[in-house]
Amino acid sequence: MYGYVIRRLLLAVPVLIGVSILVFAIIRFIPGDPARAIAGVHASTEYIEQVRKELLLDEGLHVQYYVYITNLLQGDLGRSTFTGRPVTVELFNRFPNTIVLSASAMLIATIVGLSAGIISATRRYSLFDNASMLGALVGVAAPVFWLGVMFQILFSVNLGWLPSGGMGTWKHLILPALTLGLATAALIARITRSSMLEVLRQDYITTARSKGLVERVVIYKHAFKNALIPVVTVMGLQFGTLLGGAVLVETVFSWPGIGRLMVDSILARDYPVVQGAVLLLAVFFVLINLVVDVIYAFLDPRISYGSREVD
Amino acid sequence: MSKTECVISKLPTPQRDTELRQVWRHLRRNRLAMAGLAVLALFLLCAIFAPLLAPYDPIETNYDVALQGPSTENVLGADWLGRDVFSRILFGSRISLTIGLISVTIGMVIGVPIGAISAYYGGKLDLFVQRLIDILIAFPGILLAIMVVAVLGVGVENVMIAVGIASVPIYTRLVRGSVMAVKEQGYVAAAKSLGIRDARIILRHIMPNCLGPIIVQSTFQIATAILWAAGLGFLGLGAQPPDPEWGAMLSKGREYIRTAHHLTTYPGLAILFMVLGFNLLGDGLRDALDPRSRKY
Repeated sequence: MYGYVIRRLLLAVPVLIGVSILVFAIIRFIPGDPARAIAGVHASTEYIEQVRKELLLDEGLHVQYYVYITNLLQGDLGRSTFTGRPVTVELFNRFPNTIVLSASAMLIATIVGLSAGIISATRRYSLFDNASMLGALVGVAAPVFWLGVMFQILFSVNLGWLPSGGMGTWKHLILPALTLGLATAALIARITRSSMLEVLRQDYITTARSKGLVERVVIYKHAFKNALIPVVTVMGLQFGTLLGGAVLVETVFSWPGIGRLMVDSILARDYPVVQGAVLLLAVFFVLINLVVDVIYAFLDPRISYGSREVD
Repeated sequence: MSKTECVISKLPTPQRDTELRQVWRHLRRNRLAMAGLAVLALFLLCAIFAPLLAPYDPIETNYDVALQGPSTENVLGADWLGRDVFSRILFGSRISLTIGLISVTIGMVIGVPIGAISAYYGGKLDLFVQRLIDILIAFPGILLAIMVVAVLGVGVENVMIAVGIASVPIYTRLVRGSVMAVKEQGYVAAAKSLGIRDARIILRHIMPNCLGPIIVQSTFQIATAILWAAGLGFLGLGAQPPDPEWGAMLSKGREYIRTAHHLTTYPGLAILFMVLGFNLLGDGLRDALDPRSRKY
C-alpha cells in the first residue's frame, strides 16, 4: 500500500509540471501584445514597457519559464496588477474560505446523497424512492447558480431566516454550502442506489440473510462497504465539479473565496492573480484525486497496486 | 428480374438499419427518454421559429412595463428595460442550443481523432498523449473553460471554443478506451493482414464500432456544455448585453430578486429543462445502445 502511495505521488509530479506550464502559458497565449492586454487599454507606453520587462516577455520562452518556476518554488507568484499586493497573500487570504465552503458542501452531499441512495435501494419503487430519484434528476440538471438565487429568494427575501450573502457567522455558510452540495448529493444518491442494488443481488447477501442476520446488519455491514467503492470514485471526480461550482456559488453569495477572486481578476485582466488561482485550484484537485485513489485502494483489497502483489 | 435477384431484394434490410431500428424501438419504450426527446423537440422548434413565436422583439424596450410580473401582455413578465422575458427566453434557446452543439462538435473533432490514434498506435505516442490529457484533466471542466476565456476574452464565440476545448479530454479518454477494446478484435487483425492502410482501418472498421459510446457521451456533453456556457454567461464572461443568453439574463436579474423574481426564475427553469431533456435522452440512449440492457 505504501509503495502504491509513493508511486502515485511520483506520477503526480509530471502532471503538476504540466499544469505549471499550462498556467505559465496563459499570459503568453493572449492574442496580440500580452503586455498591452495586461497593462490595460489606457495604459501609457512607459507602463506597458514596464509590464513587458517585469514579465520578461522579450526573453525566450525557456528563460521566462525558468524564472517563473524558480519564483514559484520560492512561493513567489508575482504581484497583483490591480492591488499591487503579492499574489500569494491574495490567494492565502481567500483559499481557506473556499476550503470551508467546499468541505461543508461535500459533507452535505455525502450525508444527503448516501442516505437517500441507501433508503431508495432498500425501499425500491416506494414513494420515497420515486421522489428522491426525481429530485436527483432535477438536482443534476439544475444550474448551481440558479439554485443559489432560488434559495436566496426563499430563505432570505421571503422567509428572512438566513443572510443572502457575505461571510461572518455559521449562518452565512448554510445557503452557499447547501447550494453547492445538492447537485453532488443528487449524483451520489443515484450512484449509491444503483451500486447498492447491484450488491444486494449478490450471493453473499443472500447467504447473510439466510444465516438469520438482522436486515440492518446485512445492509450496513455486508452491503454498504462494497457498494461504497464506485461511490468514492464518483465523489473524487465530483470534487472537481464542486470546485468549479464554487466559482459560481461564491459569486452568487458574495463569498470571499478563490473562485470569486479569479472571476474578478479575469474581468480586471489581473493575470498574475488569475494564474495563481488557477494553479492553486488545479494542484488542490490533483491532490484530492490522489487521496481518493488511496481511499479506493483501502476500500477494495481485491485490486492489486504494487508489482509484488501482481506477482 | 431473375428469380435469384428477386429473392435477394426481399432479404432483410442491411444489419446497420436493423440495429438502428432496434435502438429506436428500445428508446421508444423508455418513457423518460421520450419525455426528454419531447422537451428537446419543443426547444428546437422554439429556437427555429423564435421570430414567429415570440410576441415581441427580444431587445425592444418598453419602460411602461419595466419589472412588471407575468400578465396577459407579457406572459413571463418584463425585465428592467421592459423587454419581454418570454420572447428573450425563446431567442435564448437559439444561443444555448448553438453553444451546446458547436462546442461539443469542437470537442469531438479534436478529441475523437486524438483518442483513436493514441489507442490504435499505442506505445510512446499513447503514453505522451495520455500524459497531456492527464494535465488537462487536472483542471475541473468549467475552470478550464474559464481559463480559455481569460486568454481569448469574453463573448459567445470564445465561450464555444472554451467549452469545446474543455470537452476534448473527455472525448479523448472515452474514444481511447473504446478503440483499445475494438482493435483487439479478429476482423481488425484480418484487415491488417490484408494490407489495408491504418487510416482506413480506423475509419471504416474501428470507429463505426465506437459510435455508441460517442453518441451517448455527446448527449450528456451537450447538457454539460449548456450548463458551463450558462455559468460563464452568469459570471459575465459569456454573451454580452443585449444578447438574450439565459445565464446572463439570470445574472442581471439577481439585482431585482426582492422586487421581480420572475427575472431569475424563468431563465433558470429554461436551462434546467433543456439540460434535463438531454440527460433523460442520454440515459435512454445508453440503455438502448447497450445490448445487455435490451429486453425482447
